[in-house]
Amino acid sequence: MERSVRSDLRELGDPPKRKGKRRGQAAAPYLLQAPANLWQIVFFVVPMFAMLVLSLESGSSRQGFVFDWHTQNYVDALTKYTPQYVNTFRNATIVTVSGLLIAYPISYWIAFRGGRRKSTYLFLVLLPFLVSFVIRTLSWSFILADDGIILSPLKRWGLLATDFHILATTPAVVAGITYNLLPFTILPLFVSLDRIDKRLVEAASDLYASRAQAFWKIVFPLSLPGVFASVLLTFIPAVGDYVNAEVLGGPGSKMIGNIIESQFLTFRNYPKASALAFIVMVLMLVGAVSYARLLGTEEITT
Amino acid sequence: MSDQQMPDPSLLRGALMRRTSRRDVLRYAGMGAAGVSMASILAACGVKGQTTTANPTAADEPGSAAWWEEQKKADLNGTMVNFTNWPQYIDIKKVNGQRTYPTLAAFTAETGVNVTYRASINSNDTFYASIRPDLEAGQPTNSDIIVITNGQVLAEMIDLGYLIPLDPTLHPNFDANADPTAKDPAYDPGNKHTMAWQSGFTGIVYNSKFVDPAPTSFDDLLNTKYAGKIGMFADNADQPALIMMHLGVNPETSTPDDWAKAADWLQKQKDMGIVRKYYTQDYLTALENEDIWIGIGWSGDILIDNLYYDLPQLGFVIPEGGAVIWTDNMCIPQKAANPVGAEKLMDWYYKSDIAAQLTEWNNYVSPVPSGKDIIQQDANAATGADKAVLEAVLKSPLVFPTPEIAANVHRYRVLTPEEEQQWNDLFVPIYES
Repeated sequence: MERSVRSDLRELGDPPKRKGKRRGQAAAPYLLQAPANLWQIVFFVVPMFAMLVLSLESGSSRQGFVFDWHTQNYVDALTKYTPQYVNTFRNATIVTVSGLLIAYPISYWIAFRGGRRKSTYLFLVLLPFLVSFVIRTLSWSFILADDGIILSPLKRWGLLATDFHILATTPAVVAGITYNLLPFTILPLFVSLDRIDKRLVEAASDLYASRAQAFWKIVFPLSLPGVFASVLLTFIPAVGDYVNAEVLGGPGSKMIGNIIESQFLTFRNYPKASALAFIVMVLMLVGAVSYARLLGTEEITT
Repeated sequence: MSDQQMPDPSLLRGALMRRTSRRDVLRYAGMGAAGVSMASILAACGVKGQTTTANPTAADEPGSAAWWEEQKKADLNGTMVNFTNWPQYIDIKKVNGQRTYPTLAAFTAETGVNVTYRASINSNDTFYASIRPDLEAGQPTNSDIIVITNGQVLAEMIDLGYLIPLDPTLHPNFDANADPTAKDPAYDPGNKHTMAWQSGFTGIVYNSKFVDPAPTSFDDLLNTKYAGKIGMFADNADQPALIMMHLGVNPETSTPDDWAKAADWLQKQKDMGIVRKYYTQDYLTALENEDIWIGIGWSGDILIDNLYYDLPQLGFVIPEGGAVIWTDNMCIPQKAANPVGAEKLMDWYYKSDIAAQLTEWNNYVSPVPSGKDIIQQDANAATGADKAVLEAVLKSPLVFPTPEIAANVHRYRVLTPEEEQQWNDLFVPIYES
């Protein structure tokens, strides 16, 4: 007995050493986090600070920019581009809602009816997205051209007016973004639907629930974390998109991303572009956090 | 932050200059100190503006006579010139499926200088935005020759000293053969920084299948008959200038009142809901696909479509009010690795036969008038389709402008930085919404 107690003590080690070990243990999570934190600091916090500083400068590309707390940049960015902000948030909302309406049946079907070929179906969903985003958008502009392969026959059969066009309109932009973001809408939905225990649905019908009741009372509530993630993953990139508005849009359908792009690349008004980008980022951050607080579930991170 | 805390402008300017000196040491030391004025640190985040001297003299100042002497000592044989230009702008010949550039190959054969040609400029603004950080930081841009249109970007590059002043002794062909209009242009007095590559016109383009009779002025772009089929430009140089000419104003000498009138015209057209889109380079695809029937476009694009791509229905007209003439200019960016080779290549395109070869291919207005005789000789010697194309090029008033056309074209307004702001505020919101 004595021996064993002593050996136990030996295993536990000396008290001061133990203390040191504990301290090491306490530091371990921080050390493990360090690479990620460093990454965030170097590639997110520092550039963001630089952008904040830049957004408060005044001057022009030709005369140079000087930091002088030029808050007018923010006033301009907020007041001069109201139509583009409206376009952006309206488009992103329509994209998110219609994306969900399209993606939910697809994800449901793959999760519940996909059987052994689930991964094949998922691969088919993702297949077009192995092609570059810009090229896919450009091909839509050929498919939907006024005398392209879709509109031309419809016009010939008299189903559409000869001057009807889809390209260069806001609906074309919304459709383009919806299409481009569809995998981001489908994947989280699929994951949460696939995780639902199918026996729950059987149990519900055993208890005389109709198929609709089983869906609305069992399946849909259990898929909400997926819906939540889909909304975030669709809405945020939709707000930042500018390629679709550039390629498929017309007069009056520019989004805030287009303005930021042209302020940076065409007019080289870096302060104004930074102010615009900062405003959008803050709006998105506040929106996403309050959305998570109000509706979020803990499962979002799992 | 109060005004008192702001350092005086000369100090700020000093802080903006890139020098590893006592000033930097002081700045970093200051960052550690507690009550340091934030502005001096923040100034380090700034973007530089005008800092260079206008008249370089010292041997370490790129572009000075002494500096050029130093550069000319090196052996050019086997060196490389990186030439960055716009797409569809140089003669191309397919040899065994490989793309070759005959006029560049001839240059290499004659001088021993190799040329890497890239057609990667799609817009003055975006290209400049992509190289500006390097120029600002004093880093090489990987180009020895770039081609920039006369306009705001070129003015800014010259202002900021981003272009190496040329050596006047290195361009004998230019001196001998350049058209008087290519010499000493208003945007670059004395050709200190640039030599013209090609010029062209911006006017009205149309598809004669749908627009008959041919358009004559911008009134045709208000015609509701073409609602939804009118393409305008997402640009704040050509489009405003064309509308001012339509309203009877010479854009080169226009006043802010004239600008407002032109902006009103454009806004009125937009409010009519007849404009399909404000295009950039992609207007040509839209015109070819019949997405638009009438719009603004460039002369050379339409000629190439007519002559080589079997699209005779497309047309270009100089509107009654007048058209814009622009010039794309070759220039040497700072820190170019091979400035002597670059300037020699620029001068190479002022040899009559080389200029003629280029014009036969790209159908823009050449700065070398003596090329015309050589094209005529080539046309006489050619047969069949080649002959027809060359004859068409020779007859085209868009390649060899008639005196009437020359009298009816204008250049862009040269804007001061203050005017630029006002101009942009008027014309940009029209297409950027």
